[in-house]
Amino acid sequence: MAYSSKVIDHYENPRNVGSMPKEDPNVGTGLVGAPECGDVMKLQVKVNPQTGVIDDAKFKTFGCGSAIASSSLATEWLKGKTVDEALAIKNTDIVNELSLPPVKIHCSVLAEDAIKAAITDYKKKQQAAAGKVSEAHAQPTM
Amino acid sequence: MAIKLPIYMDYHATTPVDPRVVEAMVPFFTTHFGNAASRNHPFGWEAEEAVEKARKQVADLIGANAKEIVFTSGATESDNLAIKGVAEMYREKGNHIITCVTEHKAIIDTCKRLEKDGYRVTYLPVKKDGLISLDDLRSAISDKTILITIMTANNEIGVIQPIAEIGAIAKEKGVLFHTDAVQAVGKVPFNVNDLKVDMASMSAHKMYGPKGVGALYVRRRNPRVLLAPIIDGGGHERGMRSGTLNVPGIVGFGKAAELCKQEMAAESERLSKLRDRLDDRLHKGLDEIYINGSTEHRLPHNLNISFAYVEGESLLMGINDVAVSSGSACTSASLEPSYVLKALGAGDDLAHSSIRFGLGRWSTNEEVDYVADKLINVVTRLREMSPLYELAKEGVDLSTMQWQTD
Repeated sequence: MAYSSKVIDHYENPRNVGSMPKEDPNVGTGLVGAPECGDVMKLQVKVNPQTGVIDDAKFKTFGCGSAIASSSLATEWLKGKTVDEALAIKNTDIVNELSLPPVKIHCSVLAEDAIKAAITDYKKKQQAAAGKVSEAHAQPTM
Repeated sequence: MAIKLPIYMDYHATTPVDPRVVEAMVPFFTTHFGNAASRNHPFGWEAEEAVEKARKQVADLIGANAKEIVFTSGATESDNLAIKGVAEMYREKGNHIITCVTEHKAIIDTCKRLEKDGYRVTYLPVKKDGLISLDDLRSAISDKTILITIMTANNEIGVIQPIAEIGAIAKEKGVLFHTDAVQAVGKVPFNVNDLKVDMASMSAHKMYGPKGVGALYVRRRNPRVLLAPIIDGGGHERGMRSGTLNVPGIVGFGKAAELCKQEMAAESERLSKLRDRLDDRLHKGLDEIYINGSTEHRLPHNLNISFAYVEGESLLMGINDVAVSSGSACTSASLEPSYVLKALGAGDDLAHSSIRFGLGRWSTNEEVDYVADKLINVVTRLREMSPLYELAKEGVDLSTMQWQTD
């Protein structure tokens, strides 16, 4: 199978490989895929609570070169975007940028899923934190 | 010695033609171009003589009589001829065939087609080491069983089935026994009488001969095996395989067989040392790598290893100057990982992480060292970016995790 030069570049020089602390309330983590399917992606975003902008993004991927490239590209695109802008990233954008062949489209779908999962996780944490804050405020009046 | 890149380590897929084989073939393209079936002029006689010489060379390699060799276009055709030929010829006797889940597709798909025509097929499972259980085989045999077809050596994991024991059981029960011996013939000792094999498929291009030519050994005594042909025509090959003989190919096959017979002992010893060198070096450089299939009953030149937490295609990308194969789904069009590795019950994740190394006549120590060192680097790098490796190092049991799948 021939890879596009962009896939090879991301495979050889993956951007933003790594992990951020899962417990950090400003970090959202998405873990999608399954080992038996041959693809697992972990994608993390760190959101600035003041601005709602993604300051940092990291990934780790078990998968083929196209899966690695899709998640590496996703982290590049996520940095500097607001949470809502991030949710607008579509798998077809990744397919076009990396020139993925039809058999590799699932890699881009997985990357989109990973972005959504990470942001959902971040939002859940924010809501939980907001809940705790209001509880804390509520307590003294009781 | 400088290494020439890319390195070929996929000798189970095909082999280069030995220059000595090419040399033997060349005249049969140009000066000795006759049709072996032309009975009334010297061009035909020369071609026929060359074919008969090759027939004897192939027969000698497997301890058969030359008359028991039917030349075909390759092992896929040989497998089809053996199975369909027996199925049609012995339909009165029964309609049951026994094979195994790790067979080559040429066997599996042929059996599947026969199932559509009303035959019953038992696909024996394999144990964790890739070998069938003889007890399973015995209990699968019924009075309707007309054929047992079990491969000698597996093309992915290189394990060698207990062929002599299967042959003895088949003989005892009066059932014909065919073996796809493509990966074994010419590489390890294979004698049709010692093994009590009634039919055996072979391919020239797996043993340093040309592509497009193979053979089926068909026993003529005790018992005399009868096959219905699958290709009709001029009645070549004693009516079992019509079609003008591929004379240059057959001459090359014969020469390749002769060379294998002469050099097998030394070559298999050299290759098993080379294989062990590759295995040792990889094990020294990496943790959590697993050999797929029996290490005891195995071809000397095969190594199939799963590199846990790393996906096979991404591994191949990192060693793109080395030609090997992976059981990863991403390397196949089907998006399914290797059915052979799945059958071992090792888990799909390890099937996705596997690489098959096939060493051969021109493999060297330097190549093995280069490949091992390169793989160690790539696996280490990919594990650093593998979420599975990270989870495992955190002590998470991956097998009990709930994965989000579509």
